Amino acid sequence: MLAVVFWVGCWQVAATALDQQILLVPPGEVVVRLVELGGTADFWATVWHSFARIVSGFGAATIVGVLLAALAATSRVVDALVTPLATAIRTTPVVSFIILVLMWSGSGRLAFLISFMMVAPIIYTNVLEGIHRRDRALLEVAEVFGIPLVRRIPAIDVPAVLPYLVAGCRVGVGLAWKSGIAAEVIGLPQGSIGERLYQAKIFLSTADVFAWTLVVIALSFAVEKAVLVLLGRSQRSPSRVGSR
Amino acid sequence: MISLRGVTLRLGGRVVLDGLDLDLAEGQVTALMGPNGSGKTTLARVLLGLTVPDSGQVLGLDGVRRAAVFQEDRLCEQLSAVGNVRLVLPRGTRVADVRGELRRAGLDEDSLAKPVRDLSGGQRRKVAVVRALAPEADLVVLDEPFTGLDVDGGPVVMTYARARCTGRTTLLITHDRAEADLFGARVVELAPHPTG
Repeated sequence: MLAVVFWVGCWQVAATALDQQILLVPPGEVVVRLVELGGTADFWATVWHSFARIVSGFGAATIVGVLLAALAATSRVVDALVTPLATAIRTTPVVSFIILVLMWSGSGRLAFLISFMMVAPIIYTNVLEGIHRRDRALLEVAEVFGIPLVRRIPAIDVPAVLPYLVAGCRVGVGLAWKSGIAAEVIGLPQGSIGERLYQAKIFLSTADVFAWTLVVIALSFAVEKAVLVLLGRSQRSPSRVGSR
Repeated sequence: MISLRGVTLRLGGRVVLDGLDLDLAEGQVTALMGPNGSGKTTLARVLLGLTVPDSGQVLGLDGVRRAAVFQEDRLCEQLSAVGNVRLVLPRGTRVADVRGELRRAGLDEDSLAKPVRDLSGGQRRKVAVVRALAPEADLVVLDEPFTGLDVDGGPVVMTYARARCTGRTTLLITHDRAEADLFGARVVELAPHPTG
């Protein structure tokens, strides 16, 4: 919290020293603009537009990443096919995908698809690593006692993989928002945060750029906290066999 | 009867089991003794199907339900004592029965519902022993099962284990002849093998 106060203070000092609001708006004015925007229905519709697409892209990427990692752990063919693809996607510039998606499907699903493509390889790689690093000794216990898969997964596999999934989600949430909003700024889907940012740039409304950026940071932070709480809860809660 | 015939196994260029013959009489306890490095745990792993010998035969293991206490506790840390034991029991096993079994092995009521990561070494060992002896297994392998138990806890667990092993084909790995005698076991000594 002190760090936030410190950096906002630095921002205020820099804005005062520069004294050119077109380049750097003081934090107070950004807050005022944010309150103005927050009082309009259009603001909330815009927030919902981007939130729904980016968060659903992140969610879909998490599900697909986990499923593909589980498949890759059991099939060398899937591993051989998916791992190089995941590596290639991770190293490809996001703008290349944005342009391709715009050419293939327009801007309607752009934020969803870009968030999905950026996050899925991270979740896949992390979860696969977690699967590979499961406790061999416990897997031997499962083999000796003939513990069925439906019991083994929640008792042995999930607790081992969850820290890797949490780490992947932590990185993935931020990346989903960054890449999703960047895609909206380029593709300009109607009624999106990216479109508002672009308009703010066109009209040299620096206060709006800062206000929308703060909205994105707040949303990213909130989603990350929600995901961590959700995963943390499942990490702490004992599976059914151990519930009593 | 479970039999090993001419079982040979090398690990890292070292002969661990060298043409071993061994019979485990059905319903009897066989105690395996020998110095460190003589291949006792490796032999247990062969019987549990976790290690495949380089040569020789293991007979009578088809369809055999196995259970074991390993040298390490090997418990699911986030699960309770009850949860760890229920994990290896048939679906529908009553929690009250599992709790009763754990109490018979000397675990106090307070320790039954805690995650096992919060239990002491001795308590964890008791959970590992109950987990091995609660299921209806045809072959039980106990690899130094009473390690880490104190003078109060040890006898309780041993009494519990002896009762649960009665009539079961059991391999007890131990350094203590008194343990073997307590189980009325036939003792087999494994000699160390020269490096080769």
